[in-house]
Amino acid sequence: MNKVKTSIGRRSFIKRSTIAGGGIMLSFNWLASCDMTPNQVKALPKEWFKINGFLKIGENGLITIMSPNPEIGQNIKTSMPMIVAEELDANWDDVIVEQAPLNTSIFNRQIAGGSQSIRQGWNSLRMAGATARAMLVEAAAQNWSVNQNEIITSKGQLIHKATGNISGFGPMASLASEMKVPKEVSLKEISDFKIIGTSRKNVDGAKIITGQPLYGLDYSADKMLIAMIIHPPAFGMQFKSMDTSQIKSMPGIKDVFSIKTQLEDYTKQWCDTDSFNEIAVIVGETTWQVMQAKKELEVKWELAPEKTEKVQGWAGEFKATIPSGLESSSDHMKLMASMENKKAKVVRQDGNPEAMFKKAVKVVERTYTCPYLAHNTMEPMNFFADVTDDKATLVGPIQTPEAMEKSVSSRLGMPLEKIDIQMTRMGGGFGRRLYGHFLTEAAVISKTMKSPIKLIYTREDDMSQGSYRPTYRATYRAALDKNNNLIAFHVKAGGIPESPIAANRFPAGAIDHYLAESWELKSNISVGAFRAPRSNFIAGAEQSFLDEVAEIAEKDPIQFRLDLLQKAKENPVGKDNDYDASRYAGVLELVREKSNWDNSSEGIHRGVSAYFCHNSYVANVLDIKVENGNPIIDKIYCTVDCGIVINPDAAKNLSEGGLIDGIGHAFYSSMSFKDGVPEQQNFDKYRLIRHSEAPKKIQVDFVKNEISPTGLGEPTFPPVIGALANALYRASGRRYYNQPFITDKQIVG
Amino acid sequence: MEQFLLNVNGKNLEVNVDPNTPILWVLRDHLNLVGTKYGCGIAQCGACTIHLNGAAVRSCQLPISSIGKNKVTTIEGLSENGEHPVQKAWLEHDVPQCGYCQSGQIMSASALLETNTNPSDEEIDSAMNGNICRCGTYTRIKAAIKTASKS
Ligand code: FES
Ligand code: FES
Repeated sequence: MNKVKTSIGRRSFIKRSTIAGGGIMLSFNWLASCDMTPNQVKALPKEWFKINGFLKIGENGLITIMSPNPEIGQNIKTSMPMIVAEELDANWDDVIVEQAPLNTSIFNRQIAGGSQSIRQGWNSLRMAGATARAMLVEAAAQNWSVNQNEIITSKGQLIHKATGNISGFGPMASLASEMKVPKEVSLKEISDFKIIGTSRKNVDGAKIITGQPLYGLDYSADKMLIAMIIHPPAFGMQFKSMDTSQIKSMPGIKDVFSIKTQLEDYTKQWCDTDSFNEIAVIVGETTWQVMQAKKELEVKWELAPEKTEKVQGWAGEFKATIPSGLESSSDHMKLMASMENKKAKVVRQDGNPEAMFKKAVKVVERTYTCPYLAHNTMEPMNFFADVTDDKATLVGPIQTPEAMEKSVSSRLGMPLEKIDIQMTRMGGGFGRRLYGHFLTEAAVISKTMKSPIKLIYTREDDMSQGSYRPTYRATYRAALDKNNNLIAFHVKAGGIPESPIAANRFPAGAIDHYLAESWELKSNISVGAFRAPRSNFIAGAEQSFLDEVAEIAEKDPIQFRLDLLQKAKENPVGKDNDYDASRYAGVLELVREKSNWDNSSEGIHRGVSAYFCHNSYVANVLDIKVENGNPIIDKIYCTVDCGIVINPDAAKNLSEGGLIDGIGHAFYSSMSFKDGVPEQQNFDKYRLIRHSEAPKKIQVDFVKNEISPTGLGEPTFPPVIGALANALYRASGRRYYNQPFITDKQIVG
Repeated sequence: MEQFLLNVNGKNLEVNVDPNTPILWVLRDHLNLVGTKYGCGIAQCGACTIHLNGAAVRSCQLPISSIGKNKVTTIEGLSENGEHPVQKAWLEHDVPQCGYCQSGQIMSASALLETNTNPSDEEIDSAMNGNICRCGTYTRIKAAIKTASKS
């Protein structure tokens, strides 16, 4: 066992609560109702003993584990408690899971984003379980008057072999809760794990399939009114005035007014991205009534002038300028193309790439583009707010509760302690709910109405609000010598308003002469992190390009990559390469084996790709069959190295989702603009992948190792786009450079 | 406003609403049955799927005035305790990710199996194509439907 110092927040160890059925800090409310999970055999205890902020144990041995981070479908509400239960040595069937409320004094980093929940929670979750286990052992030692080193634990039991004493956790919980928090605890050896690495069902599964109220949109409270917003119809426009007289008398309508999400001199945090600060609001009794009034309300909009905002960045406060004007996608494409000939910022250079390009026998140059994307979480943005003079209660789906608490506090002029944010299960996140303007809006509306309200965005409001995945463009050049060796590599990429480049990723480090250049163009169309930011484009572009270079160099596409990785491993170029070449090669080798790459079969067209992002490594082989001229994705082989896998079947599910999502967006989805107006505002025009278009089979294999776990929410999304493009090429003879592929060309010729 | 008598999940219920109100919002706002989800409001995503006399329909496009004596079944009424074969198969395959689309998926799948006890891949695709899953659980849904069809 490895000893570690305990370092979870002090308040995590506030002493026991003897209030029957409830804890002191972690109140049990609508969200955290203690109902049974299906396998659970024990009844609810009469009394709960709080061991620390992460868990409490009932006198009958039932254990409640708090899941600190927001649940957006990545299944951490099951996997985070599994880590606690492992170190506690609990019997998983005795565990109930609850979503913890926002509480920064107990929990670290209550954010769902960047595939970081498990990676960053790993140590504190293990420690929380191990500490509680140590306190139970100490309690048993006292109770039985034996040496605590002689007590072992197993599946929710404390055992002292010499005396034959055995007890469940329950009878010792009261005494354990009074023990001193140990300064040091022992963590299990990885090889001793009994829960981690075994598949456990989604703890909310039974509730989801029976339609129980779990999501923000399902939340309701006494006297709650429904609020909806109307934002400007185009980016580059702002609110001017409105005629509310007709609307106010419509059935069920309580009030119509405009609000400012933030006040003028506010310094925005990164998660305060909003596209339209002043918006019209309608409040009424029922959703349908408000929807009707929304159709009738006439709002006058005007062109917005250029504006400057104060933003709190990672490196201090800066001023951001938002240009004026009504932008169109056709202009964006031209503007981005014009950047090819302009000077760009050099973000990495090794050797002398231009000299090598002059010497080259062959130069391959290709350009890739992708459009803006909307997140389109299935559950549209919404939030409940009940703001009174001395308290603000906010309930709903949010990926960044901690940061948004500050935003609401500033907007309401109310101290943080009076703001209570509770997280519901989320009907998808994908980065969209990092930007919680809707939460601040709900608070302002409730304050104005002096009533609890639930703010609901319609699908159209949601899709046309912004926070989009940016549009990008990348041009790659490769220089080959007469022996088809890759002697120089150049990427010049940018986007509106940000560049997709990650300059120190592969193939940087594997090529002696390397140049990466980056450019950006300003826009008033707002953007935000979208599942695997930047990688979600650049991985597909790079992996398509490498495939084409390998072909021109007459090399097998997997061997071509492995040779480069070998060089990066043995003789890396430059210092800042941010990947581990062995792990990278590891997933490629595994996918070669699993897909039986070296033995191709008739009628199957295969594409390969590999990528590293969000601390995890993924490789894919994607097989296409052509049926009646249509490409059918017959099978995807996906190999992943994300360190220790907590919950294998759920990890597979999440990986499959990332693959399908990546394919869907690359193939079908696009958000375009005409004079600032989003041209797709609902699923009639915005194409998402559907059942018949999904891959027929997906096989996910994990690399087995004992490396601390890394993220899985994002890493399978980016590379599959390359595998798709490469397989489409093999099926059709055409390369696909512009997303969405469905509009690039006739798919199969 | 008008008075309507509805049969929902085997119970007779009365509501007083605007006759144009889609049954989706009657269920969610008036009857406190929030298992039926809102996703698009224009019959494009399937999140709001319910059964009308056993057939899958999109409740966002179905005004209450058109329901009449037809029997409405929602996810809450599909089975007593989640033991409908489709629900059980969903748990067995641990299908949901965010879970938001899943009541609609389950309602479409259960209606399909009602008329076709052993659907082919193509039949599953065509019955399910109106149900979007943004999280991409499609392959698991298909596997779960096949499991349910065997029971
Ligand atoms: S909400 Fe009815 S189909 Fe989308
Ligand atoms: S599980 Fe999230 S939309 Fe289907």
